[in-house]
Amino acid sequence: MGLKKVKSTLPAGSYYFSGDEAVAEGAIAARCGYCAGYPITPATETLERLSVRFGEVGAVFMQMEDEIASICSCIGASWAGAKAMTVTSGPGFSLMQEGIGYAVFTETPVVIVDAQRGGPSTGQATRVGSGDIMQAKWGSHGDYQIIALSPWSVQELYDQTIRAFNLAERYRVPVLLMAEEATAHLREIVKVSEEVELVSRKKKAGAPPFGTEENGGVPPMPAFGEGEKLLVTGSTHDEWGFRRITHPEIHQKLVTRLHNKILKHGQEIIHYENYYLEDAAVAVVCYGFTARSSLFAVERMRDEGQKIGMVRLKTLWPFASEVIGDIGSKVKKILVPEMNMGQVVGEVMKYSSCDVVPYNQVNGEIIHPKTIMEQLRRLL
Amino acid sequence: MARELEQYLRPGIGVTTFCPGCGEAILLGLILRAIDELQLNMDNMLFVSGIGCAAWIPSPHFNADTLHTLHGRTIAFATGAKLVNPKLKVVVISGDGDLADIGGNHLIHGARRNIDLTIICANNMNYGMTGGQVCSTTPLGALTMTTHQGNPFRPFDLCQLVKAAGAVYVARYAVTQPFAMIKSIKKALQTEGFAFVEAVTPCPVQFGRRNNLGTPADMLKTLMTKCVMKEKAEKLSPTELKDKIITGEFTNGTD
Repeated sequence: MGLKKVKSTLPAGSYYFSGDEAVAEGAIAARCGYCAGYPITPATETLERLSVRFGEVGAVFMQMEDEIASICSCIGASWAGAKAMTVTSGPGFSLMQEGIGYAVFTETPVVIVDAQRGGPSTGQATRVGSGDIMQAKWGSHGDYQIIALSPWSVQELYDQTIRAFNLAERYRVPVLLMAEEATAHLREIVKVSEEVELVSRKKKAGAPPFGTEENGGVPPMPAFGEGEKLLVTGSTHDEWGFRRITHPEIHQKLVTRLHNKILKHGQEIIHYENYYLEDAAVAVVCYGFTARSSLFAVERMRDEGQKIGMVRLKTLWPFASEVIGDIGSKVKKILVPEMNMGQVVGEVMKYSSCDVVPYNQVNGEIIHPKTIMEQLRRLL
Repeated sequence: MARELEQYLRPGIGVTTFCPGCGEAILLGLILRAIDELQLNMDNMLFVSGIGCAAWIPSPHFNADTLHTLHGRTIAFATGAKLVNPKLKVVVISGDGDLADIGGNHLIHGARRNIDLTIICANNMNYGMTGGQVCSTTPLGALTMTTHQGNPFRPFDLCQLVKAAGAVYVARYAVTQPFAMIKSIKKALQTEGFAFVEAVTPCPVQFGRRNNLGTPADMLKTLMTKCVMKEKAEKLSPTELKDKIITGEFTNGTD
C-alpha cells in the first residue's frame, strides 16, 4: 500500500481516552491537516479536542454552519492538498450524503466518522445503534463503491482512524469510520507505539488526474496551486476533467473504473478476525460493539463444550463476500446479531449457503452477551 | 484586446455554452479584463463554481484551477481550500439561485466569517439552466415556468443581505455598465476579506421570452434605463425608484 513509517505525534505509551478523543488523536497521528464539523451527539467531543489540539500541531479546525458545509469544505481542503476529515452522527451523516457522492465521483480522499446513535430521525441521541450501515453503502445517489470500517474498541478507533486516512489517500475515495455511541463514549486504554505507518497521495506532474489505462487503477492526484490548471467537476468527465455529460462510453468507463478501483483491491481493504472457526458448527458474524458481546458469549459457550465460532468484520464495505461464503459452506448455521432491524444479515444471506438467522435489537442498549448466548442455544 | 485575453482561456475551448443573447458571456469577458488589468497570475488562482449557467463561466473556460461543485455549496468548498492554502486567490463565480437560494445559508455565514474570498454572483433573476423557474431574486409579479400567474413573493436585495451579514466589500452593477463592473471586480479581488459583486445580467431565452421583454438587444437597452447609481437613487422618491435597479458600492471596507 506504499506505507511509510513516521514518528507518532504522541509519546509512545498508554493513554486513557474516550473513543471520541481516540479519533481526534488518530487523525493527528495520520497528519490530518483539516477538520470541519458541526456539533452533534455523540461525536462532539472529537471536534472539541481537535479545536485545541490542531492549534498545537498547525492544522486547521473549522466549525461550519451545518454538516453539508462541513463535508464540502473538507473536499475543498483535500484538493488544496490537506488530508481532511469530518465527524458526525446519524442526522449529520444524512445531510452529508450528496457531498459523499461528490467525493466519490471526483475521487477526493476524505475521512468521515459516523458515531452512530439510535435512529431514525433525532431518535435517541445519547444511545447506541448501528442503523447507518446500509446508508454508508447506498446513502448517496447513483452507483458507487465506498470503504467503511467498523471499530470495536477505543484502541481501534485510534488505529482505524489512521487506517481510514491511509485507505482514503491510497484509493482516492471517501472512507467511512462507522463508530457507535457505545465506543465513542467509552473510556479505555489506548496504546500508542513509537511510529505509525502512513500513506501519502501519489503525485505525477502533467498526468491526467481522472483516468488511468488500468481498469480499476487509481490516478495520481495533484493539488490546487501546483500549476496543473485542474478541472474538477461532479459531472461525468474525461481523464482531464472535461465535462462529457452525454457520452455513453465515457460514463460507463468512469463508473466501472470507480467500482473496480475498490472491488479489485478487496484483499488489501477487507480486514476481519476469525475466532474458533476450525471445528465450528455454528458461527456468529458480527461487527462493532456487538462483536465484544458476541466474543464473550462464544467463549463462555466454548467453555461449555459447544462448537461455536465467530468472525468479526473490521471492514464492512466492500463486503467480505468470499470470507462469508467460505464460512457459510463449512458451518450449519450463522447467527447475525445487530443493533438494527437487520442490515448486514442480508449480505450474509446473499453469500452463504447455510441457514442464516438474524438477531435484532433497537432499544438503544448494547446487546448483552446473555442474549447472544440465548440465541445461540436456540440454534444448537 | 480580445485576442490578448485568450491567454486566460483554457486551450481547446472554442465556443461557450451560453444561449444567444446571454449576459453571462459578457460577464466572463469583464472578469478576465479585471484579472488582466491587475496582472494576476492564473497559476495562483482557484475558481469555485456551483450548479447553473453562471457556474460554467469559469469551468471549463478559465485556464486556472477550477472546482465545479455541488448546487449551492460553493462557499463551503472555497472556505476549505482557502484555509488550507491561504496563498491561493479564491474566486467564487455562480448564479443567484445557487448562491442565494439553495446556498443562502453558506452565503450569509461566509460573509459573517469574513474569510478572504471574492464572490461574483451573476443575477439573471431566474433558474436559467433548468428552463426558467422562479427564484429568490425574481421580481414580484414576473412570469416564470413555475409562476404562471406572476411571482407572488418579494425578491431578495442580495447586496443588502450580504452587507448586513458582514461582507467588507459589496457592490452591484449590470453587464451594461462594463467599465464600472471591471473596476468593481478589481476592487473585490483586491479586498482582503469577503467581497461580493452582484452582476445583473439578462436572460433573454428563459426570462425575457416569458415576460415579453423583446430581443436580447431590447433587454440590454431596458437594463441600461433601469439602472440608477446609488448616489442618484438617494435623491429619488419611492415612486420614482419603482422597477429601478440601484447600482454602485454599498460598502467598500472603509464605511
